[in-house]
Amino acid sequence: MAVGITGYGVYVPRYRIKAEEIAKVWGADPEKIKHGLNITEKSVPGPDEDAATIAVEAARNAVSHAGINARDIGVIYVGSESHPYAVKPTATIVAEAIEATPNLTAADYEFACKAGTAGLQACMGVVGFGMMNYGMAIGTDTSQGAPGDALEYTAAAGGASFIIGNNGSEAIATIEGTCSFTTDTPDFWRREMRPYPRHGGRFTGKPAYFKHVLSATHALLRKLKLTPQDFAYAVFHQPNGKFPVQAAKELGFSKTQVAQGLLTPKIGNTYSAASMLGLASVLDIAKPNERILVVSYGSGAGSDAFSILTHDAIEKKRKNTVPISKYINQKEYVDYSTYAKYRGLLVK
Amino acid sequence: MSVARFWREIPSRYNLIGSKCGNCNKIMFPPRFICPYCRRTGKLEPYNLRKKGKIVSYTVVHAAANGFEEQAPYTLAIVELDDGPSVTTQITDCNHSEINIGDTVELVFRRMGQDGEDGVIYYGYKGRLLK
Amino acid sequence: MRDVAVIGVGLTKFGELWDVSFRELMLEAGVRALEDAGIDGRQLDAMYTGNMSAGQFINQEHVSSLVADHAGLVPIPATRVEAACASGGLALRHAIIAVASGLHDFVVASGIEKMTDIMTAGATGALATAADQEWEVYQGATFPGLYALMARRHMYEFGTTEEHLANVAVKNHENAFLNPCAQYHLKVSVEDVMNSSPVSLPLKLLDCSPITDGAACVILAPAEKARMFTDTPILVAGTGQASDHISLHSRTSLTGLNATVEAAKVAYKMAKVGPKDIDLAEVHDCFTIAEIMAIEDLGFCKKGDGGKMTAEGQTTLNSAKPINTSGGLKGKGHPVGATGIAQAVEIVSQLRGETGKRQINKADVGMTHNVGGSGGTAVIHIFRRAD
Repeated sequence: MAVGITGYGVYVPRYRIKAEEIAKVWGADPEKIKHGLNITEKSVPGPDEDAATIAVEAARNAVSHAGINARDIGVIYVGSESHPYAVKPTATIVAEAIEATPNLTAADYEFACKAGTAGLQACMGVVGFGMMNYGMAIGTDTSQGAPGDALEYTAAAGGASFIIGNNGSEAIATIEGTCSFTTDTPDFWRREMRPYPRHGGRFTGKPAYFKHVLSATHALLRKLKLTPQDFAYAVFHQPNGKFPVQAAKELGFSKTQVAQGLLTPKIGNTYSAASMLGLASVLDIAKPNERILVVSYGSGAGSDAFSILTHDAIEKKRKNTVPISKYINQKEYVDYSTYAKYRGLLVK
Repeated sequence: MSVARFWREIPSRYNLIGSKCGNCNKIMFPPRFICPYCRRTGKLEPYNLRKKGKIVSYTVVHAAANGFEEQAPYTLAIVELDDGPSVTTQITDCNHSEINIGDTVELVFRRMGQDGEDGVIYYGYKGRLLK
Repeated sequence: MRDVAVIGVGLTKFGELWDVSFRELMLEAGVRALEDAGIDGRQLDAMYTGNMSAGQFINQEHVSSLVADHAGLVPIPATRVEAACASGGLALRHAIIAVASGLHDFVVASGIEKMTDIMTAGATGALATAADQEWEVYQGATFPGLYALMARRHMYEFGTTEEHLANVAVKNHENAFLNPCAQYHLKVSVEDVMNSSPVSLPLKLLDCSPITDGAACVILAPAEKARMFTDTPILVAGTGQASDHISLHSRTSLTGLNATVEAAKVAYKMAKVGPKDIDLAEVHDCFTIAEIMAIEDLGFCKKGDGGKMTAEGQTTLNSAKPINTSGGLKGKGHPVGATGIAQAVEIVSQLRGETGKRQINKADVGMTHNVGGSGGTAVIHIFRRAD
């Protein structure tokens, strides 16, 4: 049974740090970094924000956009690799804060940067099977990058929440199908009790990101008998501003198809939220009957590809959205020392 | 603070659940157990207050309360909610200089503190300027 | 109800008294009061002790019995009274009630706080427990923060300025300079206050009362027996107490304390006097804004004019309405549980004409005004010379 997207909501913290500001600290050439990664700045969570608070604001926005009673949500999955607790769920915090408790089930996902889309697929199953009327999938992160590491220029914060429901008139879009490509390819990891992740450098490219993103996309296109020309928009996981553009090119998508969903240059890599925020950005402006490709990627996890077709309700419900552009444009720059304080980099 | 003490106020801290008296229709926050207007003839029911209001007064706290040191200086305000009651709340994500009495704010979900590095995390409401 | 008189007063030095313990401090004030009254400890019938938080400051509860024990007063009834910073004033009120009722004749009202045995952060945290823990302190409220909220609103509604606030500190430091027991013998200027470091804006360091060790004691007797001990008994002409919402945000006004207004009404009525009849007052200036609101709420000026009245010098030692001749909480220091009693010590001493360089000319009727928390409690006493 096809399922629909009933509503969505996003959140991006207000603070930003420019690539130049980080480069200055490490004696790097900012122009090389900005060009090399196709980025300009990244979002920084405030000192009172974490993956849970970000998820809550996105989830509240999703509920208002969907126009449903939160108590009708039967399942909440929160995907993140920066859950505030090592042991103690985030999803219950979200469920409580949107007043969906207590008659629902919930779980946290931790599956690299595709934990959010993994939740999306699980919601498709639960709702499609008729177990629940609505499911909520959230991707949220306040991602970590070791000071001085290349990741520091991109590791950002943000969250997106999607409510999956039936495919009737209240759906703003149908999820036409999904395909995943999953292998054990360790290109990025963080060990237990370690504050920062490590990565395989250039190994994160061809055998990791590109292989999985391309394979999942090919599989989906084959399955649904679609070609890149059938899509108005394409959104790819975006660890930097360069990889998604290159992946699009190799798959035969144009820069125009990718532009609206490409947020990393302005807000950095929001990890579990990245592809979902890209999708939200597209939905913010999409017209009815437009097809959107969304492909996530998680290091050591794989890729999930989705084909989404918008409906008439997308325009009717638009007045209830808080568009991502609002969060992107309401920004305040911080210097590196404030950033270090907010991110808890100072040893006391 | 014990876990139970934090936990039992979660509905009010996360979702601004106050009280409404079925007798005099007054809305109260935080929740009360006896209506101060009707006393024992009052009929208090949980009431979900709207998370919007306006700043009645504010201060920039430099000498932080215990547990808030890392957030200093922070803005603390009294916000009169659209539903009537007032709350004491921080104003988050703001430049201290941009705040004025009368500004409208929404209450958002934020981290308030924690019971040490290995204790529970306290969440609750903070104001954010509506613009 | 019997008339009640003060027959003896005692006060310790106020300040950071590193070498003095809680018990020594209390005994010092007590012995001074007994000597002043010329009464023997064995004649005492009961004792009330105002103490906000020995539990938090020195990890010691049950201080009533501790004090009675070390004062050699057991087995007299010893009662601890707590209403945050109004604990002292409230202890005095209960002592007065005990004597007025006829239950006891000679009763000690004492107050004490030993605040420097913990670090400053601990002390400010302890003081913050006088605010609503769940809905104020949880949100990051501090005591200076709560009074700053009142100050900002007062500035907004009445045009009160930070300079007006500073004038309170300047005056009270001037008065404290003449008080040997005061914590500070340090004159400050408006500029000093304005340039002091921010605590909770608009309040700055010199707008705030300090953390202080100190104790105070008064001895009460039925008026008809007072002359057995003193030629200048001071009568308790009126007492009033009122409560208000513990949380500032629950109150109808941020620019005054309704508890003060209500307590004053009762005390004025009982004493059959009005604001004009008060020759001097010790008011609760835990922050400069608090004194401005107090002189308004007590009826010494119109609501909103407190800042102007202060800046125009109408509350100085030589003015028609001297406020806080002792230096107040600001200059003399604020050992919270002792403050309400120390205020009474100052008024009694002024009415007796015994305050030396800071003695005011006409002192027949005096008032004390003691506040708990951000205004959840107010206790007011009016004293009069017996002659």
